[in-house]
Amino acid sequence: MSSDAVLYDYPGPRAKVRNLALTIVFGVGLLALLWWIYSRFDQKGQWAGALWKPFTYGSTWTDYILPGLQHTLEAAAVAMVLSLVFGVLFAVGRLSDHWWIRWPAGAVVEFFRAVPLLLLMFFIFFGLPFITEKPMSVFWAVVIGLTLYNGSVLAEAFRSGVYSVPRGQSEAAYAVGMRKGQVMTHILIPQAARAMLPVIVSQLVVLVKDTALGYIISYNELLQLGVNNLSANYGNVLQAAIVAAAIYIVVNSLLTAFAGWLSRRTRRKGRAPRAAAATVQQATIEPGLGGGGGAL
Amino acid sequence: MDVFSDPLNRDVYLTGFLWILKLTLAGGVGAVALGVLLAAMRVSPVPVLRGFGTAWVNTFRNTPLTLIIFFCYFGLFSTLGLSLADDIDVNNFWLGVIGLSVYTAAFVCEAIRSGINTVPAGQAEAARAIGMTFWQTLTIIILPQAGRAVIAPLGSILIALCKNSTIVGTIGLMESSNAMKELINANGNAVIPIFLVFAGTFAIVLIPTGYAFGWLANRLAVKR
Repeated sequence: MSSDAVLYDYPGPRAKVRNLALTIVFGVGLLALLWWIYSRFDQKGQWAGALWKPFTYGSTWTDYILPGLQHTLEAAAVAMVLSLVFGVLFAVGRLSDHWWIRWPAGAVVEFFRAVPLLLLMFFIFFGLPFITEKPMSVFWAVVIGLTLYNGSVLAEAFRSGVYSVPRGQSEAAYAVGMRKGQVMTHILIPQAARAMLPVIVSQLVVLVKDTALGYIISYNELLQLGVNNLSANYGNVLQAAIVAAAIYIVVNSLLTAFAGWLSRRTRRKGRAPRAAAATVQQATIEPGLGGGGGAL
Repeated sequence: MDVFSDPLNRDVYLTGFLWILKLTLAGGVGAVALGVLLAAMRVSPVPVLRGFGTAWVNTFRNTPLTLIIFFCYFGLFSTLGLSLADDIDVNNFWLGVIGLSVYTAAFVCEAIRSGINTVPAGQAEAARAIGMTFWQTLTIIILPQAGRAVIAPLGSILIALCKNSTIVGTIGLMESSNAMKELINANGNAVIPIFLVFAGTFAIVLIPTGYAFGWLANRLAVKR
């Protein structure tokens, strides 16, 4: 169905009245809920100016929120680059003709997709120092965790991207005498990457959100600095959380809009492989097939 | 594996995964119920309902779950005094369920909405032609067909929910990741076996679950 408006007729006089009535009933309910939240805030003194005022101080932004956001974006950026590399390597590994490459690569990808990221980060941050007998940098604990998880998700995305390239492409490449490696790097990966671009960018949103896990192992990201430390000074945990949430929503909405723009652009030009449009849609709802999937 | 022959440690492990199981079940029920409701709102003829659904999805899908859980505890419970149970663990459990449901419902809503988009327009048009109302069209014609198309994405979402439930550990529940941390700190000589047991439990349960959902989705797919 192309438009949701197919589900109901153009409203006639009675439907208009009914819709208006529903609007009013729901609107009143919503206002009542908002009023309840407002009065609850009021009752606990959460509207007090002192709790909101810190957000007008320059130091709140320069000492807490902006450095926090910077650390969040740093970890996300480094992890994104590394997980793209990881993803390509393991996607190619899983597509290999040799079982002794294909099986281990598949096992690694399936394993890291099925293990909760927090568990992985705890192991890297608290567990590995016992083995290496050196303290683990919290930045790298976050980045390595994010890389292993998101890299595995991206490996599956690339793999289904490669499958979406019409078979004629690789057959033609073999016909002109290219070797396996050349077919992969010159023909399949560039087309798969373009087809999977929206999925890759959506995964970036997941990555940005997952940096917040760094808070649990006390990495100085937005949640740690902007909410935890800030509210330790001003006692405004609720307000700080709301502001931090707004920042996350803005950053991620921009990324989502970018992903949407990219997907429209590749579709319009008709450059993406023919079968890819369907696969992209599929992959957007469901990143990867089977296994311990689920990349929220 | 000596670590797990100690009944105390085995208890930590079992309690951890029992919490994960409970969080996944309760969170899953909450998320699916809320998600279907939100999806119905997003395709409804009433603009206010559509706006509410859209706002919900855009807000919660773009906020880190860690922040939502954090907010449930420090905002709802500590600051606003919303207490759900006398026992602190049970209270934190329910706060976690609220956070997980609210967050996951946004994804369930989007999955169902894209499922609705896979139903050919002719189905809804035929339903309208024989005089069905919006509610009838949605519940009798569209959702049953959409439901079969969203099994695979819903499976992915439930698997993600199960993994995400470890985040409730942020607010002090001794779920599996906190349990693992405790065991690692107490048994520095057996870090790798401890990790393999905890991670392996997730992998052994979740990887087949993923394939089972894939198989089920294929079996129930509407052949067109």
